[in-house]
Amino acid sequence: MYVAVKGGERAILNSYRLLDEARRGDPAVPELGVEQIREQLGLAVDRVMTEGSVYDPDLAALALKQARGDAVEAIFLLRAFRATLPRLGYCEALDTSSMRLARRISATFKDLPGGQVLGPTFDYTQRLLDFALAAQDDAPEPAAEAPATSEPVPGVVDLLNAEGLIEMHDPSAGDPEPPDLTRSPLGFPAPRAARLQNLARGDEGFLLAMGYSTQRGYSHSHPFAGEIRYGAVQVELVAEELGFPVCIGEIEVTECQMINQFAGSKSEAPKFTRGYGLAFGHSERKAMAMALVDRALRAGELGEAAASPAQMQEFVLSHSDCLEASGFVQHLKLPHYVDFQAELEMVRRMREGKPVEKSA
Amino acid sequence: MNAPVPIADARAAAREPHYNFAYLDERTKRMIRRAILKAVAIPGYQVPFGSREMPLPYGWGTGGIQVTAALIGPRDVLKVIDQGADDTVNAVNIRRFFQRTTGVAITERTDEATLIQTRHRIPETPLAAGQIIVYQVPVPEPLQRLEPREAEARRMHALGEYGLMHVKLYEDIARYGRISTAYDYPVMVHGRYLMSPSPIPKFDNPKMHMSPALQLFGAGREKRIYAVPPWTRVESLAFEDHPFQAEKRASRCSLCGSGESFLDEVIADDRGARLFLCSDTDYCRQRRGADA
Amino acid sequence: MSEPLLRAAGVTKRYGARTAVDEVALELWPGEVMAVVGESGSGKTTLLDCLSGRLRPDAGRVEYQTRHEGLKDLYALSEAECRLLARTDWGYVHQSPDQGLRMGVSAGANVGERLMALGARHYGRIRGEAADWLVRVEMDPLRIDESPRGFSGGMRQRLQIARNLVTRPRLVFMDEPTSGLDVSVQAKLLDLLRSLTRSLPLAAIVVTHDLAVARLLAHRMMVMKDGRAVESGLTDQVLDDPQHPYTQLLVSSVLQP
Repeated sequence: MYVAVKGGERAILNSYRLLDEARRGDPAVPELGVEQIREQLGLAVDRVMTEGSVYDPDLAALALKQARGDAVEAIFLLRAFRATLPRLGYCEALDTSSMRLARRISATFKDLPGGQVLGPTFDYTQRLLDFALAAQDDAPEPAAEAPATSEPVPGVVDLLNAEGLIEMHDPSAGDPEPPDLTRSPLGFPAPRAARLQNLARGDEGFLLAMGYSTQRGYSHSHPFAGEIRYGAVQVELVAEELGFPVCIGEIEVTECQMINQFAGSKSEAPKFTRGYGLAFGHSERKAMAMALVDRALRAGELGEAAASPAQMQEFVLSHSDCLEASGFVQHLKLPHYVDFQAELEMVRRMREGKPVEKSA
Repeated sequence: MNAPVPIADARAAAREPHYNFAYLDERTKRMIRRAILKAVAIPGYQVPFGSREMPLPYGWGTGGIQVTAALIGPRDVLKVIDQGADDTVNAVNIRRFFQRTTGVAITERTDEATLIQTRHRIPETPLAAGQIIVYQVPVPEPLQRLEPREAEARRMHALGEYGLMHVKLYEDIARYGRISTAYDYPVMVHGRYLMSPSPIPKFDNPKMHMSPALQLFGAGREKRIYAVPPWTRVESLAFEDHPFQAEKRASRCSLCGSGESFLDEVIADDRGARLFLCSDTDYCRQRRGADA
Repeated sequence: MSEPLLRAAGVTKRYGARTAVDEVALELWPGEVMAVVGESGSGKTTLLDCLSGRLRPDAGRVEYQTRHEGLKDLYALSEAECRLLARTDWGYVHQSPDQGLRMGVSAGANVGERLMALGARHYGRIRGEAADWLVRVEMDPLRIDESPRGFSGGMRQRLQIARNLVTRPRLVFMDEPTSGLDVSVQAKLLDLLRSLTRSLPLAAIVVTHDLAVARLLAHRMMVMKDGRAVESGLTDQVLDDPQHPYTQLLVSSVLQP
């Protein structure tokens, strides 16, 4: 006599226990502290904050610990948490020109006001595994004190602006409020503000591949890194009772301005066009990829044919979210046996060529 | 009506105090309810809504969960099924979520539930007026495979231009002699909108037509809600000379003997012997007169 | 009939400083075929798009004689009305058949699609009518279930024509319908078009750079240069006795066998 499979609930509870064990690993090894993750795995924390859309290094570190280091799982935890938070308001637009710079480079000029500040970067290291790191050592030697930039350093883009060489972005008529993708769904065609939000939250790997494709001839705009800056910016909020903006704290961001070959037309003089990228923390790869894709998606408004995938709004923006992608891909693990049964029956009938039985 | 059958789990007895009732904040619930009302007013039309991140992944029922969470109240009696069964892991997970966040009574009996959340099946027991069934939908757009561009698909819905869907059905008949869609079989709702009924087997399609219950469809990842109000026409697409048929195999359930319900095929031993069992576990159990 | 099927007046289209179509006017009567002839850059395809509702002109009017509501301004119609017109009253034959066909579905589905879009729901009858049209465009009806991917250029073009004509449109726009095909294939196709336009009957505007196409198909023709219509009239008259210097140049440059 066949006994139907039961015990789904017990299996789930057991799986939680196994997961806890796996997360902890070998109990003889000291447990990871959230502060350790926050301090020593900062770039992982930065990615989780950027795609999780919450600036809170401690929460991101906790999420990474709970997620056993899986960035997408950690991002999921952070986003789900964010969805429960009350919304206090919108801050003023960040003024990145008054950033307290830790790093600032430009590939378009050898030197520029404010200088090229190398800062903490992997860029000029040799990628040789450093086995000395395997030992728990003391703190490294402090670096030579970097000159603190106290003056706001204008962006390279502003310099080109002075000559009128680079396209201006005037706000649309009436300066409408940008849409908020965390509140209302994306519609197509999407305005640039919505596209930038989508890209900022978008999966770094996906954007990297899309950005890469624009460099390999799948698009026609040759990019230059106009400026990349990383540092701390103030966040200001207008308190209702006060009526003026008040600084509520600082966050670290990475900003990238890509400058692309001009788009001229018979009625407009040639200019440089732009792509923009912004991410929390020190996330250059993300900001740069985002800027490349931003520019590619502007194909329509710049009169370019949208021929390659990175230029297609619906393709890029519908597939950029790591949670949507991960969820749907992995949902294939869910039971699908009823649909499979229906398909099985269909295929059997088609092979038999039998006339169809009507339902009772 | 018998008392609801609770599923034993001591941890889920009381509601989780840190979150609002049913997890979502009241403003979000209101936003979702507005989308639901709009959907009910335009049967079969996909209403975009600001889908929230939920504690379950996109693609795993977040749309259905948001719809249920927006509607559920303390006096509701909830049933959650997946593949027709209450005990599949996903149904268990979702039911636990609602137990933790609402503490409402839960049941396995279709006839006792006020709110039923389902994935991939409609219960065999006919629904009654006053019941709400919430379908989990992975792909709300019936035209997506034929026209992946959302902007163009929207235009087709707006203009009622569904020729492309019939082209697909024509191709099936030309190639296979029959329409080859086995599940998620497209339907016309109220004679106006083409709708995806979610991946229910086409066997279940007739149950949607003129149902006394309210049918709601939630797609969280794609951010759409749609609805079929009670007593609405739902017609599966077909040709006059190739009418729709909700096919059924001539087997019977090995446990209850039903020849009317959708059956799961189970491989019973390593020599490939097969058994057929009702997919709807509640229906099967009630037919056998057995209570859990 | 006292009013034309299609009437255009002062149609102008600019791209920045360049004027692609400059104050073009024409009238087309039921059953009449008009050729719009010019070299590349003359504006003839842009004009075709303006006349067929695909490109809103910057100035001028395009009016179409609807079946039940008289002469209507094309660009005052709603999108729904325009799309319906495109599916019932009109046809559009693209230069490249791949643009006018669904390459991923069978020939039968391609031809039957408009019927289904208009509510035909009997598979057997749809299929029968599709097969009839394949015969009318001189294709083998046994190939009804094949995908156009396996068809030659000439066959794809015939299929595109059948797909357009199945709803018996009153007006068909054709953009270089025979270019890119082998000469012998072109000749056969032109013969087919000629007999279809006479027998159905069908009004058509055919854009072409090839005077021979105009001679064979069109009752009247219009010559375009730099966006302007420099000469128009009965085809034979224009070709045998061109008045405008540019027309004379065109006619004299045609290689004599």
